[in-house]
Amino acid sequence: MKLSEIVRELNLKVESIANQDATIISAYASDLLSDVMGNAKAGQIWITMQTHKNVAAIASLKDIQAVVIINNGTPEKDMVMHAKNENVAVLITDLPCYEFCAALHKLINCEI
Amino acid sequence: MEYVFEINGGDFSSGGNASSTIKRALKERNVDPLVIKRIVVALFEAEINVVAHADHGTITVIIEEHQVQMFVKDFGPGIEDIELAMSEGYSTASDTVREMGFGAGMGLPNIKKNADVFEIESVKGLGTNAHIIIYLKND
Repeated sequence: MKLSEIVRELNLKVESIANQDATIISAYASDLLSDVMGNAKAGQIWITMQTHKNVAAIASLKDIQAVVIINNGTPEKDMVMHAKNENVAVLITDLPCYEFCAALHKLINCEI
Repeated sequence: MEYVFEINGGDFSSGGNASSTIKRALKERNVDPLVIKRIVVALFEAEINVVAHADHGTITVIIEEHQVQMFVKDFGPGIEDIELAMSEGYSTASDTVREMGFGAGMGLPNIKKNADVFEIESVKGLGTNAHIIIYLKND
């Protein structure tokens, strides 16, 4: 499913848009940065409550398409700026982690 | 090609700059993306270790024909027990660093997992030196 469709279907707030036409087939949820560094895969969405600049740096280094911040969190300004420069989308959901993951899983898997 | 990065302790906003520069340089050289990933993970963890633990340090990255060498030298508290520091889940990071999502005790294990050669030595109260080599060909 395209990232733009996920944004629409799950009613995500957009802080920085990029990769709208990218096809998303999976995601990684974690708040531990070394865990994401070690285990996330290119092309995924990263779901987290972390909101600082290093999140954008890691997303870019790992070729992650979009970061979704849970619980209506507010990304720090330099995170959004860095994400824009590095072509990473920054999205916000008001759902907690489990609920968002479940909704995303349902959405992506219904399509397959 | 040699790159030298000066790293300041506590400067998290610059964490990732070295990895980002090297990633770009390796892409331009058409290095295998899987090898680039391993280099980037090892280098990022090394950068963050200096930022999170040391007063300051230097990372020198040398891109050669068949390998990338990374020399990480920091001035800081040093590592008292390297074997313990290498075990997953062990960390001496501060609460502030942990709240940012660092300090999960996965940094050194991540470097070891991705490096072909990883040597580390440390003197308590002085600092830590690490040497990482990753071969550019998988075979």
